[in-house]
Amino acid sequence: MQITFTQILFFFFAACAVGSAVAMVTRRNPVACAMWLIGTFFSVAAIYTLLGAFFIGIVQILVYAGAIMVLFLFVIMLLNQGNDYEPDMRGTAWKIMAGGAALLIIAFLGRVFGGEIPRPLGMEAGPQALATSTAERGVVGLIGVPLYTDYMVALQATAILLLVAVVGAVVLAKRKV
Amino acid sequence: MNDIPLSYSLALSAILFAIGVAGVVVRRNAIVLFMCVELMLNAVNLAFVALSPYAGVQGQVFVFFVIAVAAAEAAVGLAIMIAVFRHRESLDMKNFSLLRW
Repeated sequence: MQITFTQILFFFFAACAVGSAVAMVTRRNPVACAMWLIGTFFSVAAIYTLLGAFFIGIVQILVYAGAIMVLFLFVIMLLNQGNDYEPDMRGTAWKIMAGGAALLIIAFLGRVFGGEIPRPLGMEAGPQALATSTAERGVVGLIGVPLYTDYMVALQATAILLLVAVVGAVVLAKRKV
Repeated sequence: MNDIPLSYSLALSAILFAIGVAGVVVRRNAIVLFMCVELMLNAVNLAFVALSPYAGVQGQVFVFFVIAVAAAEAAVGLAIMIAVFRHRESLDMKNFSLLRW
């Protein structure tokens, strides 16, 4: 099989993603964990663009690496985490259990993903149709048009969810309500 | 965008998800545990995006909702952690036992 430039890029970013994810789990300092997780998010965003989902890749960097991780880092530094007297890692038995759980999950997902590719759901399925609709509606319109037509109710429900989450976060974090 | 086989991206998604599960099991700091959950959400997003050329653009639309729910979850979860830290002065998972059993 011919190895193309895209595949080389994919393997590079996949190695980056897995490597920084492993580093995120194994580092003791929470700030270092957050930094490695940001590295994973950037690598996954690059893989999104390689898979043809350009807008999702940009949103991944904006929302995950930009907004959510800043919130995490803010709370880590606010609560002064990463001390020495409270060990962050569990003992050997837990580590063995974690390895077993990871292998079990990989085996299970391999079984699920190894099956038949699901039958296309709508009219426009298949890589060719996706490329055509991207050319027709643009990178943003590819997601925006179905989002604002077929999934309008879900979008409104998400808006309510975000409002409730913001109010809930303020109520929980305030000293006196 | 067609020259990456589907199995490669799905394998990467499974590996990232498994690393997230291992992190949830092995860590004790609640914030780090939370970051492992975010990694698992990201792995699921990767599976959605990888399958979207084959099952329709709905996969990419759904990633949007997953990201929105992840943002809401991060806001509420970190607020809970601040509330727990205020009482216990620690974020170790043994302090999050009020609703456990």
